[in-house]
Amino acid sequence: MTDPATQPQVNLPADAILPSDGPDGRIARWRKSDLWYSFTRNPSAILGTLVLLLLVLAAFAAPLYVPQNPYDPGQLDLLNAEIPPIWHSDGMWPFLLGTDTQGRDMLSAILYGSRISIVIGFASVALSLAIGLMFGLFAGYFGGFTDTVLMRLGDILLSIPTILVAILVSAVARQALPANLREIGAAGVLVLAITLAAWVQYARTVRAQTAVERKREYIATARLLKVPARRVMFHHILPNTLTPVFVAATLNFGMAILTEATLSFLGIGMPPSQPSLGTLIRLGNDFLFSGIWWVVVFPVIQLSLLVVSVNLVGDWLRDALNPKLR
Amino acid sequence: MLVFILRRLFNAAFVMLAVAFLAFAIFRVAGDPVEMMANEQMTQADRDALRERMGLNDPMLVQYGRFVANAASGDFGMSWRNGQEVLGLIGERFPATMELVLVATFLSLAIGLPLGVLTAIGRGRWYAEALQLVSIIGVSLPSFVVGILLILVFSVTLGIAPAFGRGEVVDWGWWSTGFLTHSGRAALLLPSIALALYQITLVMRLVRAEMLEVMRSDFVKFARARGVPRHRIWFLHALRNCLMPVITMTAMNVGSLIAFALITETVFQWPGMGLLFIQAVTFLDFPVMSAYLVIISFIFVALNTAVDIAYAVIDPRLRETK
Repeated sequence: MTDPATQPQVNLPADAILPSDGPDGRIARWRKSDLWYSFTRNPSAILGTLVLLLLVLAAFAAPLYVPQNPYDPGQLDLLNAEIPPIWHSDGMWPFLLGTDTQGRDMLSAILYGSRISIVIGFASVALSLAIGLMFGLFAGYFGGFTDTVLMRLGDILLSIPTILVAILVSAVARQALPANLREIGAAGVLVLAITLAAWVQYARTVRAQTAVERKREYIATARLLKVPARRVMFHHILPNTLTPVFVAATLNFGMAILTEATLSFLGIGMPPSQPSLGTLIRLGNDFLFSGIWWVVVFPVIQLSLLVVSVNLVGDWLRDALNPKLR
Repeated sequence: MLVFILRRLFNAAFVMLAVAFLAFAIFRVAGDPVEMMANEQMTQADRDALRERMGLNDPMLVQYGRFVANAASGDFGMSWRNGQEVLGLIGERFPATMELVLVATFLSLAIGLPLGVLTAIGRGRWYAEALQLVSIIGVSLPSFVVGILLILVFSVTLGIAPAFGRGEVVDWGWWSTGFLTHSGRAALLLPSIALALYQITLVMRLVRAEMLEVMRSDFVKFARARGVPRHRIWFLHALRNCLMPVITMTAMNVGSLIAFALITETVFQWPGMGLLFIQAVTFLDFPVMSAYLVIISFIFVALNTAVDIAYAVIDPRLRETK
């Protein structure tokens, strides 16, 4: 495998930069790679990817086709409350999956809810990646005092169960926000809570890898050539630490969605006015014994599908990128 | 050896001090405790007197020191919500959570171990692959979803297991147990399964990975060459060599099980520490919140430290590192 960084930057054929099916194009190269080969041989990875793509597309395109905007109280009609799913004899068009006690269409609520769950999950993984990579690089590259301080901080966070960290951050941050911002800021608070609970793992992975790479000859050469520390860290070391981080990030995307759902289920996440999947399950949970099973079962199925598909992809990536299993 | 143990203990103490600082800081963010406790009739002078009595005018470091000293002697103050002693409130709920966690830990080993062996020795067969797929689903389902599904199936539809509460309990000194009554045991059923499911899949996957490794080793090949029956190789030779990491993980995970129990307790309205904590979070009852944080972290850190030290006692190679 050639390192893309060592290839000359000029005189490349145009299709090396733009995706095309030419003999040296990116897509062609990708299709010759080990990763693509193992992907085509792994039915659960293919299934996971397809389901995930479908769910993400369905969630983000939802405003184009669902019958109502579940966040707009003006579109809810109490006369339409507690309608069962369409295949039931009392079912009613256009409420395919029925409605809840407020007359909210379950399908619309679930798709909008998935959108929130996906956005929060993605944002918190991105933020914790940024923080974790930064801290891990600095700690691993400079060592000494910086290293001790940063890693001790991580030790402390790891000595509290992650779900507790997330709950406490979420509870305290909400309290610190002024009352009129609490509803709007709920998503931001959740991202912050999940990030603070998750960044340590990336920092540790990157730090360990950085400490190893730092002793390699190409780093010594770069430093002899007086390449600035920042450039050594981000251009030379960082790309070599990314593989395990990438796997962890995929699996953590599933974890982040779960944590968000759990917090919302516990009542310290998204408010009922902008329900995520977890909020929908919490609201539905109160009606478990009153026979309107669809208000809880459908959000549960959607959440499970979402996380299972992410984990199928993550599991495959972990095995495919693990050099020991080649 | 002694140096190693002392260093681990020192580390643990440092982490606990930091956690205590977090718990202390929660109060600061929470706003003015005097405003929270005061009622409307109190004059400004009364409030000032209360502030002085609570030591809120002292420097921050003094207040932190007092918080740590009090916490170490088990005094976490009064609940803001109902004025009861926090430690008493938590102590009352402690047995409920511990019984749930104990049963869940037992289940995770009793079910996870055999399933792990099965998926390892049947690798490539349809049932092993199916179990492996089911285990991914088990890891992916959040515990509150598992709880809700269990309630839907076994309580709402089939009506064969209670969905909330702890049933009848028998007091046994300060400990209250649900093991001795029929309703207590029935009530334990669904919550412990919901709590254990994740752990079962973890044990199963760990045993599978370890078994696959051990089955490739020379002594297993030799045992096979000697003509030792297959089931003896699996259960006496291979499984025994997998147990160490499984026991370590189980011991370390008891701490996170106690923490995760708060979700199960919310779903099943189980009167444990976790439910108390969640109610404290909703009512912004900060003394209960910080006491819970300190106690859970203490259990967590104590378990980790104990496992580390036990390892160093058993395996001398580990003493050299660091």
